[in-house]
Amino acid sequence: MIRNHILVCGGTGCTSSGSQKVIEALNTELANNNLQDEVKVVMTGCFGLCALGPIMIVYPEGAFYSRVAPEMIPEIVSEHIIKGRVVKKYLYTDTTDEKGIEHDSLSDTDFYKKQKRVALRNCGVINPENIDEYIAYDGYEALGKVLTEMTPAEVIQCIKDSGLRGRGGAGFPTGLKWDLASRNKSKIKYVCCNADEGDPGAFMDRSVLEGDPHAIIEAMSIAAYAVGACKGFVYIRAEYPIAVRRLQIAINQAKEYGLLGENIFGTDFSFDIEIRLGAGAFVCGEETALMTSIEGNRGEPRPRPPFPSDKGIFSIPTMNNNVETYANIPQIILKGADWFASMGTEKSKGTKVFALGGKIVNTGLVEIPMGTTLREIIEDIGGGIPNGKKFKAAQTGGPSGGCIPASLIDTPIDYDSLAAIGSMMGSGGLIVMDEDNCMVDIAKFFLEFTVDESCGKCTPCRIGTKRLLEYLEKITEGKATMQDLDDLEELCYYIKDNALCGLGQTAPNPILSTLRYFKDEYIAHVVDKKCPAGVCKSLMQYKITDACKGCTLCARKCPVGAISGAVKEKHTIDPAKCIKCGVCMAGCKFNAIIKE
Amino acid sequence: MSKKSTVPFRGTKEQEAQLRELIDKYRNVDGPLMPVLQGAQEIYGYLPIEVQKIISEELDISLEHIYGVVTFYAQFSLAPKGEYQIAVCLGTACYVKGSGGILDKIKEIIGVEVGECSPDGKFSLDATRCIGACGLAPVMTINDEVFGRLTVNEIPDILAKYVNK
Repeated sequence: MIRNHILVCGGTGCTSSGSQKVIEALNTELANNNLQDEVKVVMTGCFGLCALGPIMIVYPEGAFYSRVAPEMIPEIVSEHIIKGRVVKKYLYTDTTDEKGIEHDSLSDTDFYKKQKRVALRNCGVINPENIDEYIAYDGYEALGKVLTEMTPAEVIQCIKDSGLRGRGGAGFPTGLKWDLASRNKSKIKYVCCNADEGDPGAFMDRSVLEGDPHAIIEAMSIAAYAVGACKGFVYIRAEYPIAVRRLQIAINQAKEYGLLGENIFGTDFSFDIEIRLGAGAFVCGEETALMTSIEGNRGEPRPRPPFPSDKGIFSIPTMNNNVETYANIPQIILKGADWFASMGTEKSKGTKVFALGGKIVNTGLVEIPMGTTLREIIEDIGGGIPNGKKFKAAQTGGPSGGCIPASLIDTPIDYDSLAAIGSMMGSGGLIVMDEDNCMVDIAKFFLEFTVDESCGKCTPCRIGTKRLLEYLEKITEGKATMQDLDDLEELCYYIKDNALCGLGQTAPNPILSTLRYFKDEYIAHVVDKKCPAGVCKSLMQYKITDACKGCTLCARKCPVGAISGAVKEKHTIDPAKCIKCGVCMAGCKFNAIIKE
Repeated sequence: MSKKSTVPFRGTKEQEAQLRELIDKYRNVDGPLMPVLQGAQEIYGYLPIEVQKIISEELDISLEHIYGVVTFYAQFSLAPKGEYQIAVCLGTACYVKGSGGILDKIKEIIGVEVGECSPDGKFSLDATRCIGACGLAPVMTINDEVFGRLTVNEIPDILAKYVNK
């Protein structure tokens, strides 16, 4: 008889923090106390609070332990499991609670209170490597319902009514996409799942695949039935080894149970899924490039039309959806279109998963109803900015997106509101920045990325983004003029209008949005030759203040001999010689060296 | 894309047998090139021209095409990697938390630029895009081990363990 379940997160974040060692320690300790038949240890997908990993939850109490180390296990087993006393000192302390009130249960914490888990419903709840657990949580029930009770047209109508829009970034209505794909009369069709999560700083799709891979298999099967496809491809980043492995395990299990293969649920419907790995090219997240890559070519996009729904993988009509889009499908079928449409705003229904990262206390994975404001995400769920710093901007949409400044922190998060302020929903990366981040530097960071990742097929992107980067380098080095700023902006619009694919067209967005909201910061670099955030090295100067005691330490440490001064007298730095390495400042015992 | 290899090819008979077995497995699959290249890189650790030639002959795909594909994708390498492969994440979450400084410190200590391998074959250095451990930013990996919540000051100690191995 099992009396306790111990859930340990086995997502990439917690695995990196050492959750496998925690599981080993638990199993050893339980065996030592002869409890292996009474306590079950379950490795699950992501709980969301990656910053506090490894995370462990003990049921039935729901006690939420964070930053668990193998050394804590003997105490937790002897106190909590054997004596029934929760070990309070290891529990997650709610970061926004000033009184330091400890929370026993997960759903009580500020981090989880405002969240609504639909796409992530099974992440951190079930063992992703066990199909029986998925089935116990209504898994494959939606597929059964679709195959035995609904016509393909009814399935498509249901998805249309739900108002679900593509979660990969652009927000195309999913039901409409399915409808268009179903109209193609070809006998052979494919469905495809885009798991090439390219935005650096986003890991929603990875977490779904790691935590709930059967949901994607079920959803792809439903989609295949609706549009008349016989085969599915999942194109997934090779950088996600855990996700690839779990998805393969899930596919094998589904085949074993007859949920993939011939005549599923005793019907005429047959369907199979194949995994294809990416090899590290951002552009392959673009659907035509993705398909070209599967075919075994350089992953270059091609013009549309023909659309993939007419000519896709190996020229077969193909319908492509993103991981998170698929993750919503079984729920919509089971609970109905009305249930889904009751969440969110008028034009953006349901929930959205965000990967919260950067300068925020609770980095991790959150799922919120559409229309939640940025302030709620950052202050309530995210626990605010660490070290008492001020919120400066949030970046959504990665290299294709834009920044949301502090003045717009009350913007509701939905497709249209974000587009209206020059950002975009994107796939769900949400990076928080504080006053120490330079916005020109951030724009430069994204352009370095785009230049690196441009496939080179079309001229506006290949050459244009390189020119954009050169302007930004000029600005951060203090060599630009106001004319350069105007030229920069003009070139941005030119690239937007002329690039071949979505990635090229959106590549200037990080510049345009920072120019729109942080123009004074650009001007400070150009006119005053200053970087207000103190990030751009070329514009910084190290100075010695009156706090200097003349200990000569800095003069001895300086690798280029730029510091001079007599013993016990104030030293000075020769800016012409200084290489801005910062050794002097790091070594000064009197904090007498500053940079400005 | 990586630099052209200057290291002489030292493939073994066993590796070639494994490669041919791999090719046979994918010969009749639609679009076999990507999985074959991925498998070949696992066998050899990189994709020297000698390996590309075998794949070209066996799959009847031109060598130019294969070379074009190999150089397009960041994960395929034309040069061998070091015994210890250091990869610093330069994804957005890691970048805003200072992974640039971490990378500089590593370069300074091991004297190797991004994409290069040290002359003794001990270390190679890569700057990667998001490995998905954003909650632990800034992050680096050495082979399969992940180091998270890094500070520049920790780097010398971490690397010292490998230098003396």
